[in-house]
Amino acid sequence: MEIIRPEVSTPQEADIAEGQLINSFISQCTSPIPDPDKWLEEDLKRNILLTTVDTALAWARQRSIFPLMFGLACCAFEMIGMAASRFDAARFGLDIFRWSPRQADLMIVAGTVTWKMAPAVRMVYDQMPEPKWVIAMGACTISGGTFRESYSVCPGINRIVPVDVYVPGCPPRPESLLYGITRLHAKIIKGTIDNPSLSLK
Amino acid sequence: MVAINSEELGKRIAEVFTGSVVSADKEMLVVDSVHLFQVATYLKETPGLDFDYLTVVTAADYMEYFEMIYRMVSLKQNHSLILKTRLYSRDNPTVASLTPLWRAAYYQEREIFDLFGIKFEGHPDLRRLLLWEGFNGHPLRRDYL
Ligand code: SF4
Repeated sequence: MEIIRPEVSTPQEADIAEGQLINSFISQCTSPIPDPDKWLEEDLKRNILLTTVDTALAWARQRSIFPLMFGLACCAFEMIGMAASRFDAARFGLDIFRWSPRQADLMIVAGTVTWKMAPAVRMVYDQMPEPKWVIAMGACTISGGTFRESYSVCPGINRIVPVDVYVPGCPPRPESLLYGITRLHAKIIKGTIDNPSLSLK
Repeated sequence: MVAINSEELGKRIAEVFTGSVVSADKEMLVVDSVHLFQVATYLKETPGLDFDYLTVVTAADYMEYFEMIYRMVSLKQNHSLILKTRLYSRDNPTVASLTPLWRAAYYQEREIFDLFGIKFEGHPDLRRLLLWEGFNGHPLRRDYL
């Protein structure tokens, strides 16, 4: 999906352009995007040739994930808690939270995503270099949560971006998020040509 | 901070602007929407009242009418007041904007415009605040959905 940044001069024009963008976005995002497990395999078959190199790469990637800060609501505090010293995400190689999508490879979407924010989520996802992963943290990002029926909330971010790991809870404890990240590690290791069945054991 | 005696204040205002006060009791002062701007100017500029600080602007939908609620405070005199006005039109509720008097009303009036569809005459830049342009309807109205 392409996001066009409109050339505008006045706030009114900017508002109208943004409104059109959001409305067209809503009409495009009506059904969930299948999770990468369903379609990533094809891509990998085309791109990756050597199994041993691949294993080494996956091992390296698994242990040096740079997450992107995407705290949108209350869940963000549990994400921050996970990164701070008590839960110490650095043990899992999740050392530095990046502020720039270009330096990140994991997007942790923590919090309620409104339709007004949705184009920004998509834009940031598009700016991240491959390989990239997405964790949907909390009931709001998974399905809209309490706000599912709301007029302004996106009912599940898998309508906007493909999601690798879902961490349920409202909010999930930092431990659950860490567990989600270890699941992602397993996925990175297994999700290659080496092991075509991508199921997590 | 003490709440000003709005019953007495109501009598005083009814003398200055005839027909402007709808009701006045201990809690609040309800004025006619036509006189709102004059009354607000009077409250702000009269020595002894000096309402120099507008803390809250909000609205409520009672189906028969929309109620605009203003809470104002005087930092000089250390007293506060709740001022209300009622708008009986559902299709085109319009009221004078208080942004020229108190800059604090700027964003709250934009929010009310966005979520209730109440129009503020004299607002410098009345655009939607929270929802996007092209959104259909005003979600905080009781009859939305
Ligand atoms: S899932 Fe719960 S804690 Fe997380 S953003 Fe939604 S309401 Fe807040």
